[in-house]
Amino acid sequence: MTTLAPPGRRADPTPSPAPATGRGRQRLTLGLAGRYLTLCLMLVVMLGPIVWQFLTSIRGRGENVYDGVLPSQPTLDNYVRVTESFPLFQYVGNTLIVAALAVASNCVFAAMGGYALSRAGWRGRKIVFTVLVATLMFPFEAVMISMFLTIRSMGLVDTLIGVWLPGAVSVLNLLIMRAAFLAVPRELEEAAVLDGANEWQRFTRVFVPSAKGALAVVCITSFMGAWDDFLWPLIVLSSSDNYTLQLGLKTLAGATTVNDQRLIAAGAIAALAPMMLLFFALQRFFFKGVGEGSLKT
Amino acid sequence: METATGLVHRRWWVPYLFLLPGLGMVVLFSLWPFVNTVILSFTDAQILRGGTFVGFDNYTRALDDPDFYTALTNSVLYTAVVVPALVFLPLALAVLVQKNIPGIGFFRSAFYTPVIASAVVVGLIWQWVLRSDGLVNTVFLQLKFISDPIPFLTDSTVLLFSAMAVTIWKGLGYYMVFYLAALGNVPATLYEAAALDGAGAVRRFFSITVPSVKPMMLLVGTLSAISALRVFTEIYILGGESGGPGGDARTLPFMIREVGLGFAGESGYASAVSILLFLLTLVFSLLGHRLSKGDER
Repeated sequence: MTTLAPPGRRADPTPSPAPATGRGRQRLTLGLAGRYLTLCLMLVVMLGPIVWQFLTSIRGRGENVYDGVLPSQPTLDNYVRVTESFPLFQYVGNTLIVAALAVASNCVFAAMGGYALSRAGWRGRKIVFTVLVATLMFPFEAVMISMFLTIRSMGLVDTLIGVWLPGAVSVLNLLIMRAAFLAVPRELEEAAVLDGANEWQRFTRVFVPSAKGALAVVCITSFMGAWDDFLWPLIVLSSSDNYTLQLGLKTLAGATTVNDQRLIAAGAIAALAPMMLLFFALQRFFFKGVGEGSLKT
Repeated sequence: METATGLVHRRWWVPYLFLLPGLGMVVLFSLWPFVNTVILSFTDAQILRGGTFVGFDNYTRALDDPDFYTALTNSVLYTAVVVPALVFLPLALAVLVQKNIPGIGFFRSAFYTPVIASAVVVGLIWQWVLRSDGLVNTVFLQLKFISDPIPFLTDSTVLLFSAMAVTIWKGLGYYMVFYLAALGNVPATLYEAAALDGAGAVRRFFSITVPSVKPMMLLVGTLSAISALRVFTEIYILGGESGGPGGDARTLPFMIREVGLGFAGESGYASAVSILLFLLTLVFSLLGHRLSKGDER
């Protein structure tokens, strides 16, 4: 429902122009120019602050941060320096551990659970579904204290496992996979039964391959979730050895010893760059993920 | 549909086996924390010891607590400003990028970029723009628009509005995609008919576009209200750990974390505030649901 409509079929608010008389064509060109002008203005608003951060990150040490828009002594030195003065690689490593666990657990368990939810004929299906949807109503911030108490009673405070575990299977991913499996044609399943495939084989060889798109969405969103999360790691982690990247960035910005915007900017851009690469490489999945499990891949 | 039909048979316990890991996690880290929060909110539990039942004491305490009122006022103000902005501005943006003109794909992706940046990175980027020696103040000072830097981050009221602006900036692209999907479902013939009847672009926008995407506006309103009530990281990064000067820019999640995990570690009281936050988000969920139901009739 909330996937992007294929470009060709998108409704066009400006109807095809009336027979192009001179004045009509002139108005049309003017309208187009106005549209591009507005687009460029918005571009400055939306990308300007990011570009400014990037430009700051490549400014040389010898120049003032405000010497013109473009740096006169562009350098990548700040990126090297920030890894020297801060254990950035360790933070990235910790983040990647959490992210890898989150991606694996979400893909496997959401696919399995979503499969069960999409199959008819077992008791309690409706109740389970209702409970799952109900949990979507609990904002994380309203349950984080209890979540912390649970993690603490498991002895997982200040561990990366403790950061990962509460997000190991998200309800939204369960629902996304359920929707994807519901769309698998019954004939496909029956054909597999005729071929003598047991339930696990049907799941792994028929259902999972036909839900690749949804699985990709689950992968990407859980990776980004782990990479970008801040509040929960802030609550769970206390020793800086275990910090994830976002927590590390916070300390970098707060450190009075650094106090060099070039380094902070380098850190911020280094944290943003992988996400941007991911986004531009896998754009269609990003837009598919927007919306609430109403995917029909 | 409730029973397995045709060729597909399965042992009764198989679906439960598939569901077990996913559902187990959801129960442990979503359902149970919520139930536990409700229970704790009626006790005087502290982080290091269990509590005894105290009835509604925590709730009446909140109603007398000036800190609670500060947090509540900030959260409600935040929502009141952010929601209308995020209902209308992304719609305008979607209309702007909807038409397939050369290069429009680039603009769509560019407008989405702030969405994929983490809240911490976004906070750092804007901190560098809004600081007293940041881009905006430096430019304004040099152009002699102002004689003193605008206290974007150092006055708690202005800080709150700065954070709102950042939240809106980050949300624009996200909700733009929602609207693009909704706009794609508006039949182009409607616009053509209206144009033939002599309706101008503005008239067409208000008479066709807005009514057609009204259900989506309700959804966006609900989602943005809930996320506005949950705001934490933007204020934490822009205003510092204490939540602005004197902690006057604290929102409800800020207060929950501080009360529940701070020095006193009052999990009972923090849980009561958590439940109040939950009820507030619930009001918006139900309101959105109700309004969209009313629309269908």
